[in-house]
Amino acid sequence: MSASYFSDAFKDTRETMGTCPFNDQNDPVTMLLRFKDVRKTAHNTKSFSSAAKPGRIVVPSEVNIRETRQIPFEVDPPEHTEYRALVEDWFKRPLDIDYEFKLTRIVEAEIDRVLQKGAIEAISELSLPIQSKALTLLLNISLSEAETWISWGTHVFRSEDSDLDADKASILYDYIDAEIDKAIAAPDDSLYSVLLNSEYQGRKMTKEEVKGVLILTFAGGRDTVINYLTNTITYLAEHPEAIEKLNDNPALVNTAIEEFVRYFSPLTHMGRVVKEEKEISGHIAKEDTRVSLCWASANRDESIFENANEIVLDRKMNPHVAFGFGAHKCLGATHARQLMKVFLRVLTEKVSSIEIIDAVENIEDWGAHKRKVGFDKLTIRLNAK
Amino acid sequence: MAKITYITKAGEEIQLEANSGSLMELAVKHKVAGIDGDCGGVCSCATCHVHVAPEFYQKLDAPTEIESDMLEFDDNVTEYSRLCCQIPISAAVDGITVNVAN
Ligand code: HEM
Ligand code: HEM
Ligand code: FES
Repeated sequence: MSASYFSDAFKDTRETMGTCPFNDQNDPVTMLLRFKDVRKTAHNTKSFSSAAKPGRIVVPSEVNIRETRQIPFEVDPPEHTEYRALVEDWFKRPLDIDYEFKLTRIVEAEIDRVLQKGAIEAISELSLPIQSKALTLLLNISLSEAETWISWGTHVFRSEDSDLDADKASILYDYIDAEIDKAIAAPDDSLYSVLLNSEYQGRKMTKEEVKGVLILTFAGGRDTVINYLTNTITYLAEHPEAIEKLNDNPALVNTAIEEFVRYFSPLTHMGRVVKEEKEISGHIAKEDTRVSLCWASANRDESIFENANEIVLDRKMNPHVAFGFGAHKCLGATHARQLMKVFLRVLTEKVSSIEIIDAVENIEDWGAHKRKVGFDKLTIRLNAK
Repeated sequence: MAKITYITKAGEEIQLEANSGSLMELAVKHKVAGIDGDCGGVCSCATCHVHVAPEFYQKLDAPTEIESDMLEFDDNVTEYSRLCCQIPISAAVDGITVNVAN
């Protein structure tokens, strides 16, 4: 089977049932699989809350490994609206011409570096370094800081013997604590300092709140971006004609970045805790139980998307929910989109073809459904133009 | 050349001219406040929501189901709401006025 083929893992259940239970650490989740249900539920923040015990809306649940509330992710409106307003403008900086220019420099340098090398492992040698270096722009800190993040490897939270490893997660928490302390001692123009200076409900943001925002920036923007980049590489490897079509074609790049994120849906789903009993496609969602919004399934819903299982680079109507929907829609989407745009532009300018030498798939296990989300290892060779 | 007038939430009136692209693209190019066009016009973000002047609303092609469904969940929806990435610029929209919704 081809590396860039990602099957529609939820098809049968979505079409026949619409929902699917998943037992997660004795706090079961009902996954909502249909596009319309996902959007409607995401929109209804009053009945379906994000402000549960920290970690509970994440699947698998992280209640046992952390206490810090992620902000604005684990907060409901109206508080959510105020937190979000504090950071909204900052997260639009990727649209600045100067930001785009610096991002282009980063991606060019990384691609030039691996073009010299012959065969590479794409995740650790290309996607992770690009993701980490790009993130320094979003935080507005020195590029060299990325070296520390790269050294953590691809899995900051996961170890050999455990999917949820509290000791490993503490590396990130300790790092962020130390960085916040540095920014308190010597304020600069980084996101740390900007947040420390922000006012929420008429008072300064607390250290714990600042930490909650930063953790999320690292956690939410890491695996997602890495999979987005890596999976796209496999598509270009297997569709060399797409490299030529995308080269110097901004309009096609525009629609392609949306299509890749729809098809690959790097974030499979995200949970909510039920506040008011509701029925969704026959499932009675009882108070204080969990449902999840399965973006990945919704994005293959054939009642919405024609040829849902094909990558159509110039798809004109593409109402995908890969970046979520409603109040909590991805705050990092502007950055992720700009990065992907630059990546496609630079790659198709410098590279004529890509060979896949070896691919080890990363298959998520959601009980009845196994979903390919990306790769554990991907060995490739890039051929220069 | 079609003349297009955008009125922002703050009441600022911006007149622009173009003969191709969409109302969203033109607004983004000229940084009209409140029109972000995050998804580049594929109908997935609703950051290009406007209210079309009633006399012009009827003249436009009706919104597709995808666009209407998208609007259903947005804030400040009226019977004249449109996602302006779905309104192409042509002689047909010459003189149109739209109010930025959010
Ligand atoms: C392709 C890459 C990405 C994908 C597919 C993605 C996907 C998502 C999705 C589906 C949500 C909604 C979660 C929910 O409704 O509960 C979300 C929220 C969020 N994402 Fe992303 N994300 C990506 C990249 C990033 C990046 C690069 C950052 C930051 C560096 C980021 C930061 C956030 C934050 C802060 C939220 C929470 C927003 C809120 O609750 O208001 N994401 N993301
Ligand atoms: C402190 C916060 C977080 C922690 C401790 C955390 C922890 C983890 C862990 C342990 C895994 C591996 C799970 C497994 O293999 O079954 C994982 C995977 C993942 N997380 Fe998070 N997570 C956090 C926040 C987020 C957020 C906010 C997002 C997105 C908005 C996100 C997106 C993802 C994705 C897409 C994967 C799958 C990546 C892959 O397997 O390749 N995470 N996370
Ligand atoms: S620009 Fe995204 S819906 Fe119009």
